[in-house]
Amino acid sequence: MSILLNKESRIIVQGITGQEGSFHAAQCHEYGNNVVGGVTPGKGGQRALNGAVPIFDSVREAKKETGANVSVIFVPPFAAADAILEAADADIGLIVCITEGIPVKDMMIIKNYLKTKTSRLIGPNCPGVITPGEAKAGIIPGSIVKKGAIGIISRSGTLTYEAVHQIGAAGYGQSTCIGIGGDPIIGSSMADLLLLFEDDAETEAVLIIGEIGGSMEIESAELVQEKISKPVFAFIAGSTAPPGRRMGHAGAIITQADETAAAKKNVLKEKGVHIIDSPADMGAVITNVLH
Amino acid sequence: MKIHEYQAIDLFRKYHVPVTQGVVVEKLQDGENAVNELADKYDVSSFVVKAQVHAGGRGKAGGVKLARDRQTALQHLSNILGMELSTKQTGSASVTVRKVLVTEAVDIAREFYVAITLDRSAAKNVIITSTEGGTEIEEIAKNQPEKIIKEWIDPLIGPRDYQLRRLCGIFGLDKSLTYQLKDILRKIYQLYLDTDASIVEINPLVLTKDDRLIAIDAKINFDDNALYRQKDIARLRDIGEENPAEVEAGKYNLNYIKLDGTIGCMVNGAGLAMATMDIIKIKGGNPANFLDVGGGATPETVKNGFKIILSDKNVKSVLVNIFGGIVRCDRIANGILDAVKELSLDIPIVIRLEGTNADVAAEIIKNSGISVIAASSFADAAEKAVAAANN
Repeated sequence: MSILLNKESRIIVQGITGQEGSFHAAQCHEYGNNVVGGVTPGKGGQRALNGAVPIFDSVREAKKETGANVSVIFVPPFAAADAILEAADADIGLIVCITEGIPVKDMMIIKNYLKTKTSRLIGPNCPGVITPGEAKAGIIPGSIVKKGAIGIISRSGTLTYEAVHQIGAAGYGQSTCIGIGGDPIIGSSMADLLLLFEDDAETEAVLIIGEIGGSMEIESAELVQEKISKPVFAFIAGSTAPPGRRMGHAGAIITQADETAAAKKNVLKEKGVHIIDSPADMGAVITNVLH
Repeated sequence: MKIHEYQAIDLFRKYHVPVTQGVVVEKLQDGENAVNELADKYDVSSFVVKAQVHAGGRGKAGGVKLARDRQTALQHLSNILGMELSTKQTGSASVTVRKVLVTEAVDIAREFYVAITLDRSAAKNVIITSTEGGTEIEEIAKNQPEKIIKEWIDPLIGPRDYQLRRLCGIFGLDKSLTYQLKDILRKIYQLYLDTDASIVEINPLVLTKDDRLIAIDAKINFDDNALYRQKDIARLRDIGEENPAEVEAGKYNLNYIKLDGTIGCMVNGAGLAMATMDIIKIKGGNPANFLDVGGGATPETVKNGFKIILSDKNVKSVLVNIFGGIVRCDRIANGILDAVKELSLDIPIVIRLEGTNADVAAEIIKNSGISVIAASSFADAAEKAVAAANN
């Protein structure tokens, strides 16, 4: 068990012939041996990954021919919104959008449109999803993760890798790691994924890696109090970030008082989440509570 | 991206939102002609002289003055142009006023607040109105929340008339003025959409004593991610308002933000970069900057990163914290060492590499003969960087 992604997942890559897309599609295939095709408009009929998988002109066609239920998107920002909508209209169950730089206006339309669809979106501006030992849809390095009982939900990329590393060094592994993305509007929130981890038999505890900006951490704190029985840990990056400045991620900006790291930590703590103050203590705090 | 008030007013004018007439002065010697032209052309006898800076809170800091005649307007102009403005938003730092807007002054009967911005968690734009114009919205929200109306706009439908009626209803205006105000809201919403804005704020929108609605202030920010398709908006960027090192970093595609501390940070990834700043603080130091060199951390980005960090003369040590995933640590280590050698850096540099091939990287650094400080863990790196900065 795991969430979102497992051995049975059938993955297509939108943008499989691009530089990023072809590199990471190969990495995903090497990891889980379950990339079943790719989509690049105009290149249908050709093959990718050294001939291993077919390329299609459209997602609809790719789904029909391969039975794909996951799509990973590596297309440039100007085409990414269209790529997400195409995957949603083809009823792909899980859409993972890696692309950074999609305008907020486009994401706003997508987010509202997706309410009428069955697809779940992870990202954009994220490293994707990996279920250790089973499958990977994105760019999280397969070599650093190992199978285990901690679920990870993170707004960051390399900070997620840091967390994985610390958890591994402490003797734990991960059930599924999800980079949910650093943009102001993203497909799946922390709260959405916490509910999935709660229902996953393999996950014993969840680590949330949040940051300044927005209210997603606070919304998940409310949920933890009401509906989550498993231990939840949280590190919130950006305690030293000045207000009004965008710290790398488009969504990492303090525009009001309740968006600071301190404010989020207070609410999370109040609702029963184990707060990790130092980013070097992620493994240690989890060990202390779980051992 | 931020723009100046006078640029925002120009955009309002383009969308037929009523605004005041004004002139922008950049050189003091042009002031007299500019004020005379404004006065003669539009029959203006009272003026408002306003500093044009990207930081908010200028009024309280002395950057906005009223003048009842041309002479006083020129006096204010000469005081404000070139002044160092410290506002609530600039903090202890200050900004130099390089441009001044002189506008006509209007006789104000009432002041309203009107804004459109993004509500992230609702994934919708929200239109906000308040009867308490001229005050900061955060203050109103805290002390008099009942004086604020908000309507969330479905992006697939757009603002409905009933929503605009409710937003305007709070002002208790007569039918004709309500109609005009609804029209203004529709126009600024269209402007907001057309330009990929992230906020349009009018504070205040005034009702004059002769019953006209006029925006006497304008603030518009834009979504950086959309600038590629907003060429006209992108041209409004005023680099003079930005930190020179940050502008320079942008040319190298590096994400750099200058801070007040003494420990330079070079990190791959924005989240890890913030976390690195945080741990420096926990260990008793102060970060000099935020710097994300990108997931890959190539020798080129690392070299440029050092140049930018060391352009800040307050920096006493540098902490390099790189997590190598797909790009292996041994390759990154070689890149860092090459940069240190090439730039002949003589400042303490603490290096922490973690991830794929971290052990090989540690050997490379140890045997390099280059004097850098190797760190064994995240915490160890922060401690060593703080100690080096304090020496």
